Amino acid sequence: MSFPWAHEYTPSHPFMKWMDEKLPLPRLVYNSVGSGYPVPRNLNYFWNFGFLALACLGIQIVTGVILAMHYAANAGVAFDSVEHIMRDVNWGWMLRYAHANGASAFFVVIYIHIFRGFFYGSYKAPREMVWLLGVVIFLLMMATAFMGYVLPWGQMSFWGAKVITGLFSAIPLVGEPLQQWLLGGFAPDNASLNRFFSLHYLLPFVIVGVVVLHIWALHIPGSSNPTGVEVKSESDTVPFYPYYIAKDGWAMGLFAFLYCAMLFFFPNALGHPDNYVPANPMSTPAHIVPEWYFWPFYAILRAFTSDFFFIPAKLMGVLAMFSAILVWFFLPWLDRSPVRSGSYRPAFKKFFIILLIDVLILGYCGGAPAAEPYVMISQIAAIYYFAHFLIILPIVSSIERPDPLPFSITEAVLGSDEQAALAPAE
Amino acid sequence: MAEEAITDAPELATGDGVRRRDFINLAAVSAAGVAGVSLLVPLISQMAPSADVLAESSTEVDISAIQPGQAIKSIFRKQPVFIRNLTPKEIAEANAVPISSLRDPQTLAERTKEGKENWLITMGVCTHLGCVPLGAGEGEIKGEFGGYFCPCHGSAYDTAARIRKGPAPKNLEVPTYEFTSDTVVKIG
Repeated sequence: MSFPWAHEYTPSHPFMKWMDEKLPLPRLVYNSVGSGYPVPRNLNYFWNFGFLALACLGIQIVTGVILAMHYAANAGVAFDSVEHIMRDVNWGWMLRYAHANGASAFFVVIYIHIFRGFFYGSYKAPREMVWLLGVVIFLLMMATAFMGYVLPWGQMSFWGAKVITGLFSAIPLVGEPLQQWLLGGFAPDNASLNRFFSLHYLLPFVIVGVVVLHIWALHIPGSSNPTGVEVKSESDTVPFYPYYIAKDGWAMGLFAFLYCAMLFFFPNALGHPDNYVPANPMSTPAHIVPEWYFWPFYAILRAFTSDFFFIPAKLMGVLAMFSAILVWFFLPWLDRSPVRSGSYRPAFKKFFIILLIDVLILGYCGGAPAAEPYVMISQIAAIYYFAHFLIILPIVSSIERPDPLPFSITEAVLGSDEQAALAPAE
Repeated sequence: MAEEAITDAPELATGDGVRRRDFINLAAVSAAGVAGVSLLVPLISQMAPSADVLAESSTEVDISAIQPGQAIKSIFRKQPVFIRNLTPKEIAEANAVPISSLRDPQTLAERTKEGKENWLITMGVCTHLGCVPLGAGEGEIKGEFGGYFCPCHGSAYDTAARIRKGPAPKNLEVPTYEFTSDTVVKIG
């Protein structure tokens, strides 16, 4: 679907005409990311992060496929093969650092993309499906990143695999057999490493598939925008090509600059020295932490230190950690406010900023040792996190008095819209 | 033939009753469904521990060199197992604890073999999230209850390796084992 004023694809070259009759792939591209896709004219820089996320996925797939040409998924040689990539393979050091830091860059981009959605109400009707598919992509990303971190088979890889699969052992009755089934043994070993490699290679392509659905679902109502007011007429939009292709290209240049600075000057800043020690099943590193992008959820996991009614603390922590993401699936129905954009919601805006700070605090605590005062801070922050989604959002959306909305995107941009004079006041 | 055709005809026309085709349809789709679901069995069970992994599920350890107060780390199912020779003082400490005060109530006698109460054999796997607790090696801290201490999230175990403090829900697991002689123990 598109707006009636969308440019129509009209091939002029005989070959393109022939192609359009046999397989209208150029037409699909034209209508998806070309001149045939009208986009609100007022998108701000936060709307660049979808494109950047796609770019990150591309970087990860290209570097990953290359690394797989040199990596050996066998517990006996995996660690050495990674060192082989770092020391012997031509440009291997760069490709591995690009992949490892690419994962971090991907999560930076995706967290901004998600919080953009939180603030501007991108999850609201008619874009619920776009949001739901996005949450699925995020879950797939987390699984892929976790399994990728296991592959170098260092100490953090091994103990990360043990602790994360240990989460499943908290499930009553089936927990222990489930953990053994996931690992293919009683502890992480060759069987675990092999299957993690297989899935780590597979899941990015599953993500590509869901990304296609995500974009497809987005293109049915069309992109949202910072005012949250739906597109009304042609003057509200500009074609995706060349306007947003150019803007995304600019953002890509800035992203590449920061990414390369990380990659070439601080390639290990986000890693853990312990992962340059080969996996040792007999000795646990003193301070196990996951990668930074899991810290907020790890803090929620560790926040449960005593039994909750009849549910053991360990199981409660696991349930809370998964619920912290699963609650996002219900977001379109928890926030009932008819106003989409946070810019016109004075109360919501304040709670959004508190949520952002709350998640940053959780992230800090997740990376800190499991000791006081961090445990108590995580407990308070975890309670607030769930309260935001389950209590604050529904209440705020029902009692809040939103600011007046502009008549149209054009009016928001230019200060007036000639159609506003013709239309009855809203 | 002619007779059958006549009796079938009204049912075919109105769609009433059970036709032979309905039965075949139902049976074929059900059979395909059962066959499809049964394909999941090999696809899922291939991920379970393989025969060679299961074959490593027993191990024999010579314990003759372990003096009272000492412990060794051995390997069972590729995981650490702690074999500890308790001193009379440690045994007395473990027996002095009121059972009702424990998170996972068990006596030392229940966690050891009869007549071999000084031999405490447990997995070296914290029941919280699977880290290896400290306390078995020479010079490692044993925590405030004199048994084991997990550095990951601060679980402390007593001299019977029972959970006393911290997030772990259970006592350190006692694997299946038997003394094949006075100096050899077979785990698994």
